[in-house]
Amino acid sequence: MAEKNIQEQTIEELYAEANEHKINVGDIKIHAKRMKGKFRSIKWLTNSIWLILFFGPYLRWNGHQAVLLDIPNRQFHIFNITLLPQDLWMLSFVLLFFAILLAVVTALAGRVWCGFFCFQTVWTDVFTWIEDKIEGGPAKRRKLDKTPWDMKKITMRAKKYLLWLLISVFTGISFVAWFTDSFQLWKDLITLQASSTVWITILMFTVGTFYLAGFLREQTCFWLCPYARIQAVMIDDTSIIPSYDVPRGEKRGRLVKGKPVSEDQGDCVDCNQCVAVCPTGVDIRGGQQEGCIMCGLCLDACDVVMDKIGKPKGLIKYASWDGIRGKEEKPLFKRPRVWLYTTIMTIALAGIIYGLSGMESIELKVIHSRQPLFVLQSDGTIQNRYTLKVLNKLPADMDVKVSVKQHDLKGLIISGAEKPVKANHGTVTPVTIFVKVPKKNLTAQSVPITFVVDGKEETGQVYHSERESVFIGPKR
Amino acid sequence: MSEHEHNPFPEEGNTGHIWDDNLRELANPAPNWWMMAFYASIAFVIGYGLIYPMIPLSDSYTKGLTGWTAIGEYKASIVEVEAVRKPFEDKIAKMSAREILADAELSAYVEASGKVIFGDNCAACHGTGGAGNPDFPVLADDDWLYGGSIEQIQATITNGRQGMMPKMGGQQLTDAEIDKLANAIYNNGTVTKEPLYTSKGCMGCHGPDGKGMVALGSANLTDGIWRFSEPDQLASIKYTIKHGVNDASDPETRKPKMPAFKDKLSEQDIKKMAVYVYKFGGGK
Repeated sequence: MAEKNIQEQTIEELYAEANEHKINVGDIKIHAKRMKGKFRSIKWLTNSIWLILFFGPYLRWNGHQAVLLDIPNRQFHIFNITLLPQDLWMLSFVLLFFAILLAVVTALAGRVWCGFFCFQTVWTDVFTWIEDKIEGGPAKRRKLDKTPWDMKKITMRAKKYLLWLLISVFTGISFVAWFTDSFQLWKDLITLQASSTVWITILMFTVGTFYLAGFLREQTCFWLCPYARIQAVMIDDTSIIPSYDVPRGEKRGRLVKGKPVSEDQGDCVDCNQCVAVCPTGVDIRGGQQEGCIMCGLCLDACDVVMDKIGKPKGLIKYASWDGIRGKEEKPLFKRPRVWLYTTIMTIALAGIIYGLSGMESIELKVIHSRQPLFVLQSDGTIQNRYTLKVLNKLPADMDVKVSVKQHDLKGLIISGAEKPVKANHGTVTPVTIFVKVPKKNLTAQSVPITFVVDGKEETGQVYHSERESVFIGPKR
Repeated sequence: MSEHEHNPFPEEGNTGHIWDDNLRELANPAPNWWMMAFYASIAFVIGYGLIYPMIPLSDSYTKGLTGWTAIGEYKASIVEVEAVRKPFEDKIAKMSAREILADAELSAYVEASGKVIFGDNCAACHGTGGAGNPDFPVLADDDWLYGGSIEQIQATITNGRQGMMPKMGGQQLTDAEIDKLANAIYNNGTVTKEPLYTSKGCMGCHGPDGKGMVALGSANLTDGIWRFSEPDQLASIKYTIKHGVNDASDPETRKPKMPAFKDKLSEQDIKKMAVYVYKFGGGK
């Protein structure tokens, strides 16, 4: 009998808890309240970083587009730097760097990316701001959702959709502008001369932006975005994240006029403002949860209320779970994650710096012919054939001189390099070179040999690149 | 399963198929998105059938509105490739092999595009890159039986070559003499000092300097490059002296033959091959 009581009690507790943990499955549209505050201001500031997307493509540098990701011509121009497919390995370091940056920021301060920088958050924020301006606050919007379609509703909705569409179209065009000459793009769009790729990309981005930011909103973060999940598992008890101060707030209770506050009642007055302002519709008081994008808007809302009722601010604050529980917080340098992430980031950064510093304007690659590896000539020399590939990243063609340096190959004769080679700009120029060495002078089956190209601009600027290969002879 | 006359769950819209008292089949429709995708895929099939060839008929097939065929697409892409090649090919047609060789752009074009012709017609014997094979000459070296100028290479490809060396075994030379001669040849450059070379008439074809004669296609006996290259080179030289090359009177004679390509390849292609082979590194 007693056992059964316990069982029933447990189940009741489970149900009570289940009611606490509401999951936003998209059946109810979230209409978040907008309030002024510190984090709201920060959010506008971080949102504005995305203005670069819109205006960046029109920046010019030395007579060309400052940043141009020219895929058809396989060239990336980033200010002074020109990246060719040969430099693509650096991209993996760049990606690694940002991936780990995301990890380290998340481990230290939670989903900063999600809350303040992610395009989904930013565009949704702007779209709902427009919605708020046109249709009014959350209550009015909820009412409007339910009212039948009359002229007033149609005008309001049309206005809203039109503005959304405008932003979406500009998002699409701005995205494309990074990959092609931006001014030419506008000309092509206005004269309807743009390629089908351009139209389709713009269309996809327009539809995507309109639907994801306008309608899917926080559901994207809940069910579509893998980074949301990845970031959620990077947070631990030491991460400083927006948290509800449980010991201070509980037991929550409403303030009733003229009724004294009971002794065990905490600071939370259960006003639900934190839920009302949440763009993803979660209750931060339920603890850390997948829906929380850590945008800090509930901190603003709670602080306003605390101010009004004369209690200290910070019932919801940036704090670690360890801090909330009163446990000792580990200093930064004692956390293995910090060390690990820092190491990986340093490696990635070193890779990028190494790559950028080692980038030559003229680059030489040497391919030793394999069929045949070597040929015996009638004068008793061994001949090897090489294909030299001269990559010219300069804006103009250049004549380069090919030579061989530092070799232990006595009597070496190089042919095919008598005249300077014209290295065409922005591409690879192949040159066939034959090297002959008397057979008797060969000391080993394979001897290192270094090829050199030297070029000189009219301005006197000297370019130089070298590459080691091997000279192969018969088995000894 | 039993068909219940009295459906115990009349309100839920089941099919009336009920097992084990309460396991029943419901008549719920498939999800909306699924049905939409289903209809969309039907529409796709209809659209596809209208545009592309689809249904086989007894001796034909439905052609589709666009008239698209795989072979048509292939042919169109061939035309496309040929259009790219045309300016080069037109120039090559008007030029001699030597002129092509002198033109950096055209010879680079031949070097890039000649690979297929060489692979189809030449590489089986001469190896990729002209690396040669036992019994088949290396094309990348500068030792040519019939001359290494571009015109001579072109003539060799056009008309083929079949060299001849009489067998010297039996009546002409004793085994001991063959040994002597073979050793003299094997030690590069010493063959002309061997008295037998003159007295037995070798120099008649291989020349007083032992370097061979282009007109006859006789081999250079003074360098380290062997027409018949074998692991035991000395034995190979002896065999050649004894049985000759293409000597009909000796059934064991060596029988090398370079076929003529004038019937197999166009003049244009032969010109390209001459340039291609020349550029292996041995052309003179």
